[in-house]
Amino acid sequence: MKGLKTFQMGGIHPPGRKVTAGKEIQNAMIPSTLVVPMQQHLGKAAECLVKPGDLVTEGMLLGRADGFISANVHCPVPGVVKEIKEIFLPSGSKSVAVEIEFSGEFDRSGKNQERFDWKDLDNRELLQLLLENGLVGLGGATFPVNVKLQVPKGSEVKTLVINGVECEPYLTADHRIMLEKGEEILEGLRIMQKILSPEEIIIGIEANKPDAIEKMSLLAEKSGLQLSVVPLKLKYPQGDEKQLLKAVTGREVPSGGLPMAIGAVVSNIGTVFAVYEAVVFHKPLMERVVTVTGGAIANPANLKARVGTPIRSLIEECGGFKTPPAKIVMGGPMMGFTVYDLDTPVIKGTSGILALTAREVAAAERTSCLECGRCVSACPMGLNPTTLFKMIDHGDYSAALAAGLLDCKECGCCGFSCPAHIPLVQGMKLGKSMSRKLKVS
Amino acid sequence: MELNTDKLVTVSPQIHHPASTFSIMWSVVLCLVPAGLWGVYVFGLRALLVIAVSIVFALAGEALAGYMMKKRTLRDGSAFLTGLLVAYNMPVGVDLYIPAVASLFAILVVKWSFGGLGANWMNPALAGRVFVFFSWTGSMTRWSLPRTWQTGTDAVTGASPLGAIKSGILDFSGTVSGPAEFLEQTGYPVSAMGQAVANWCESTLGFASDPYTWDLFLGHIPGSIGEVSALLLLAGAVYLFIKKIITWEIPVVYLAVFGILVWVFGGNRYGAGLFSGAVGFNLFSGGLMLGALYMATDMATSPLTRKGMIIYAAGAGFLTFLIRFFGSFPEGVSLAIILMNIFVPMINRFTGPKRFGVEKKGEAA
Repeated sequence: MKGLKTFQMGGIHPPGRKVTAGKEIQNAMIPSTLVVPMQQHLGKAAECLVKPGDLVTEGMLLGRADGFISANVHCPVPGVVKEIKEIFLPSGSKSVAVEIEFSGEFDRSGKNQERFDWKDLDNRELLQLLLENGLVGLGGATFPVNVKLQVPKGSEVKTLVINGVECEPYLTADHRIMLEKGEEILEGLRIMQKILSPEEIIIGIEANKPDAIEKMSLLAEKSGLQLSVVPLKLKYPQGDEKQLLKAVTGREVPSGGLPMAIGAVVSNIGTVFAVYEAVVFHKPLMERVVTVTGGAIANPANLKARVGTPIRSLIEECGGFKTPPAKIVMGGPMMGFTVYDLDTPVIKGTSGILALTAREVAAAERTSCLECGRCVSACPMGLNPTTLFKMIDHGDYSAALAAGLLDCKECGCCGFSCPAHIPLVQGMKLGKSMSRKLKVS
Repeated sequence: MELNTDKLVTVSPQIHHPASTFSIMWSVVLCLVPAGLWGVYVFGLRALLVIAVSIVFALAGEALAGYMMKKRTLRDGSAFLTGLLVAYNMPVGVDLYIPAVASLFAILVVKWSFGGLGANWMNPALAGRVFVFFSWTGSMTRWSLPRTWQTGTDAVTGASPLGAIKSGILDFSGTVSGPAEFLEQTGYPVSAMGQAVANWCESTLGFASDPYTWDLFLGHIPGSIGEVSALLLLAGAVYLFIKKIITWEIPVVYLAVFGILVWVFGGNRYGAGLFSGAVGFNLFSGGLMLGALYMATDMATSPLTRKGMIIYAAGAGFLTFLIRFFGSFPEGVSLAIILMNIFVPMINRFTGPKRFGVEKKGEAA
């Protein structure tokens, strides 16, 4: 397809490997023990409300949002609290977590859920519903949705952009949601339309999902909303909000700014579905679609898993490993984290679990920088990763900040492209945390 | 179901482009092999000896430097490639200590004194060649004749086409319209193949061409071992383009700028006026193809961005033209490229990418 929109600067074409695109979402088995972290979102961890021995029910509040940027955490299954412990999250940080032994009856699952009418609610009440039900962005950054959808006083939302790009290789969760939950997404969009009152809503979908483009376009036509579907040329990282906005609106969010600076709000399409469930059924966010795939997985699948499910359980459900994996990744392969412990739980931001073979990883020996410039051509933010890396390596953090280090969103284009296999993203992460720690400006 | 946690934890990205330093270097070596085999065919087995000496000394230099710096770098292929390129820039009859010195100079002085792979600011193989060229000019300009010429004499060495023109044109009293005619009038030999191709073009395709340009294109000329066959150098480069190891900017702009300058001003020295230069003859002669495709494109010593590469390549094309037509050497490619290498840090400084969401142009905000 020619003439499709995309962003211009940088970007790469990693192999797609979306083998689960044709697989319907299935409910995952409920494991006997779940571990629910209090930190599943950007911001402050939720405050734990239970203690060992407590009986808990499905959808009960386990942790209360602590502060403005924080989110409620709900109990995914009925059962008993066995232990409150500290665990490592995939990102490497620590979090308090509630270990629950599954027992008893579900209050919601398998039962007819009551539908609530939301049309008479005002914005404050709608946002309150999102806050209560612990909604966070499901695209990866897990920013609390009730905060994101609060329009600052005096500004107006022109465009609401819905992210159906799913540019990370392997992942197909959003793709399946679009195919299977189209009507629900539409209802979610109506709710968001009411909250934000944008002039138009645009759904961006990459051209490798023609069935989703067709389905969403049909729905958009008869929706009665100012809703359009924009097919996008395949390019990573188009799912990043800055690249997506550039692709669909042609405008650049200023360095250091938020999409609101150009009158836009961006939301992931899976989040729209969660908004629908939270508002229409008052259902807390306690499960999500996870793509379990990778060359080492016997039967890759899209599973709807409860938050707190150990990834071991999901991998076993997919037939286990057919070959020994070289890495287990939570999230997509470009920005995801490796985990070394199969008891690591699924959290709200877990879009995928990948068991990758050595061949898929394509690791090679690190050499000196060749000065080939591939990282520079790949960087969608117009940075010079090799020079930034050297500045950080030499401890010159202020030079790195001046050269735009904070514009880096760790999308991985540079590291993917580097023939010398230099851990460029690792360098950027180090540079950011060191300059924070040393208060360099 | 348990995991071997050894080496499991890495920072994103978790997958990688299949290219590596290793694969890039050895791909370039592979693409250079046909041109080298041609050199062995037209100049005899001694070419192989020169190639072997160059490579062995390049590897020895790399091993020594690696030993001193406690780095193991022999496997990455970059030293092998440097040695190969040094050999390709040598006449076949060169005294064997010359390629040895060139390789050692390239690896130890040009590459490792700045920190090894990627840290050098001048193309090591070219710097090595230029160093020995000025040190032993006699040996470096004694060209053996290709075995495919029928000269009818016992001569084993002679002038390269560009050398013959440069040294002969000043004393020449006749009138000619271009380099091919000049060579013809001075009795410069042609190969049977070049003559046959030219005849075939004329009789079958009805398009007139001179056998000298065909000899240059195919590689039936006196010259350095690896530079003579423009055809095979281009064939190898096709693979590098497909694999995206080299991009179009440097070779295309280099050759285009040089070609246009030759077309506009190249006829001048024959008194033929503007827009009459022999473009094909000049593109395929000397080390231009080897330089534009394999040496100017060296990653470490060329600019980072597309804009920078275009400026760099245009400069190299201009300087090559200047040296070839107005300098005292018949050949300008090596000097043009290493002169432009010197400008690369400055070019990089002024051609950084435009930052996303930043209004003001220029790098480092």
